[in-house]
Amino acid sequence: MAKRFDVLVVGAGPTGLAAAQAAASHGAQVGLLDAQARPGGQVWRHDVRHQAPRAAREAFATLDNVTWLAQHSVVANEPQGLRVETPGGSELLGYNALILATGARERLLPFPGWTLPGVCGAGGAQALTKQGWPVAGKRVVVAGSGPLLLAAAATLRAHGARVLGIYEQASAATVRRFASQLLHWPARAAQAAALRARLAGVPYRCGSVVQRAHGEAQLQGVEVDGPRGTQRIDCDLLAVGYGLVPQVELAALLGCALQQTGKHPRVRVDGLLRTSVPGIFAAGEITGIGGLAVARIEGTMAGHAAAGFDQEAHALRAQRDKARGFAALLDTHFALDPRIHRLADARTIVCRCEDITLGELDGFGDARDAKLATRCGMGACQGRLCGSALAELGRFPRSGSRPPLFPARLATLAGHTSLSPSDDAYRGS
Amino acid sequence: MSACANYDLIVIGAGIVGASCADAASAEGLRVAIIEPGPIGGGATAAAMGHLVAMDDDPAELALARYSLRHWEAFAELEEAEFSRCGTLWVARNEHEYQAARTRSARLASAGIQAHLVDAATLYELEPALRPDLAGGMLVPGEAVVYPPRVARHLVQRALARSATLYAGRRVVALPTGGVRLDNDTCLSGPVLVATGCALPELLPMLPMRARKGHLVITDRYPHLVHHQLLELGYADSAHGDADSSVAFNVQPRPTGQILIGSSREFSATDAEVSPAMVQRMLERAFAFIPALRGLQALRSWTGFRPTTPDGRPYLGAVPGARDQWVAAGHEGLGVTTALGSARLLVDLILGRQPAIDPTPYAPSRVTA
Repeated sequence: MAKRFDVLVVGAGPTGLAAAQAAASHGAQVGLLDAQARPGGQVWRHDVRHQAPRAAREAFATLDNVTWLAQHSVVANEPQGLRVETPGGSELLGYNALILATGARERLLPFPGWTLPGVCGAGGAQALTKQGWPVAGKRVVVAGSGPLLLAAAATLRAHGARVLGIYEQASAATVRRFASQLLHWPARAAQAAALRARLAGVPYRCGSVVQRAHGEAQLQGVEVDGPRGTQRIDCDLLAVGYGLVPQVELAALLGCALQQTGKHPRVRVDGLLRTSVPGIFAAGEITGIGGLAVARIEGTMAGHAAAGFDQEAHALRAQRDKARGFAALLDTHFALDPRIHRLADARTIVCRCEDITLGELDGFGDARDAKLATRCGMGACQGRLCGSALAELGRFPRSGSRPPLFPARLATLAGHTSLSPSDDAYRGS
Repeated sequence: MSACANYDLIVIGAGIVGASCADAASAEGLRVAIIEPGPIGGGATAAAMGHLVAMDDDPAELALARYSLRHWEAFAELEEAEFSRCGTLWVARNEHEYQAARTRSARLASAGIQAHLVDAATLYELEPALRPDLAGGMLVPGEAVVYPPRVARHLVQRALARSATLYAGRRVVALPTGGVRLDNDTCLSGPVLVATGCALPELLPMLPMRARKGHLVITDRYPHLVHHQLLELGYADSAHGDADSSVAFNVQPRPTGQILIGSSREFSATDAEVSPAMVQRMLERAFAFIPALRGLQALRSWTGFRPTTPDGRPYLGAVPGARDQWVAAGHEGLGVTTALGSARLLVDLILGRQPAIDPTPYAPSRVTA
């Protein structure tokens, strides 16, 4: 039998937490699920050494009023509800209203050497570090684009890494223009200043791109192309990320209409964050990358609207629109330099799961055609990484969304609610 | 149609069947055109398991499979084919099925296909992951699995190297006398071969065809869990029965170490969505034979449609009542196995030669007479 909630929220980052809280404030029975063991999402991910920010702690405290479903991953959409995999088996979760708060993932772009051990995403490095990945004493280069680089560098430094430099692809002039705009956003200016203070002494170089990673079995150094030419920097770790892309796969699986912004899809919503499917709402990064402030406001709006309190949701629109204005500012000023799209050469691997190079994909204009011929996108990431990268490079986007949404036990797909003792017996070789 | 580009054969459809026909025709020196609106091998070919298997319950089907399997041997070393001679192991749940296996192995042997009974002890030596208390089985050691979409692509490329012409992304909208008209108003003239599988009625509505939906699920890499293509001996009841929906135990080790799990059959389902209920039924059937599957990680699932004729045999031959129109379609679940043989049979008919096997059972006129 399916468990049933008035409002079910998928994703317990800032958006989902705000949504759950808003819906519960009206007395709705709310379920909040997340694949992780703790709430917080990416931004408020649990840090083994450092206390969470106050806003996060306050948000976690409100979980008392909702059913918190940790380590629940949505795998499929069934007529009675969402099929969700848990450590002990699977469950079917029904709902009257569903709020999708599945957030964003990093935009990772291929360049020669990017598959070497020691190279990871900027957000990925930050997440691993918070979980206790040992970085103390390691020489780290942080590169890519946008404010996420500062946050990642600050976390790495707080855990004892030697951050050799932050290499931002946007030009110095653009970053200065962006900084001057911060006057209109005092809270953001304070946030940026605080981050810079935590990064005192760390060089911040604009107009700089890591064009190659060197090393045999392990990263040994990177080649940075900057305003003053190319330089080689020896390092143990490269954390590189080019901003974020919305994670729309669950929305697509549920049949919610998507719309294209730039090169990546986002979920289409109306003024009350309703998707094209009745009863399903979407909020935060999946409706367009907007950052933490937008995520919290939209989460609250969706929570009100999903509980049937449209007026309360409506009242937050102006505030949300203002916050979205800041996101637009980021978009304009940290737009990717076209040279980043030319870093990968024919021999650079694009599909990491199946070791497919960019050159092997020449001549294909369609993701399915390329997949059938080369296996590109057939691996465990289900085409998420290569799909976003290839869309960004102007080749072809990933298409379609089918169950399992993430790799899942066959027993889950078969609808088994509990595991038998032998189910995890076979591990292969 | 004098202003049209002229060909010796215009092949409509570049699935495994159309691609095989284009390859065989171009090898005979014919000037071939291939028309395909989607990816090459992107229909039933892409959804297929790629199991090369002889089914023995219909003598005509068996003759075609045997003829075709011989030609598949030429692809055993081809990298694109991902040919893996894992053999087929048919599993008997009980004494009754074991006795049926005896009859079947004799039938296969008389058709020249090596097959032998295996007792229960041998069955578990061959496949230790099978559940206890099975009666035994039948091993067909020479059978193999391939990766059909890449084979289709290879066959098309081989035809193109012999100066065939590919009209990629184009669709045939009409079959005027003496040729075809494309969706961009281009016309081509010459004999026409329709190999469009489930889409056959769009061009040849007099030849009945039903789409029979199937589901497949593939896992992450678990090398050495299963070694042979495994099927239950009751498989033919599901495959050739007429129930609106059925499932059967049908599990394949891919050369990558992944495990491909089938199979389901549905007549009434027309949408391509993955149906959780059907996947559940199909997986339960697989778990009943290999309990260890339950804990494995599934990566993807997909669906496909098998082109199914009323009597289960493909249409191979002249289109009834038409001149210079041929058809090769309706292979249901055996299109990959029988594509190469079908192509040769058809090219022989087109060239006015006697085919190596009797073409009568496949003549399309059987359904319009």
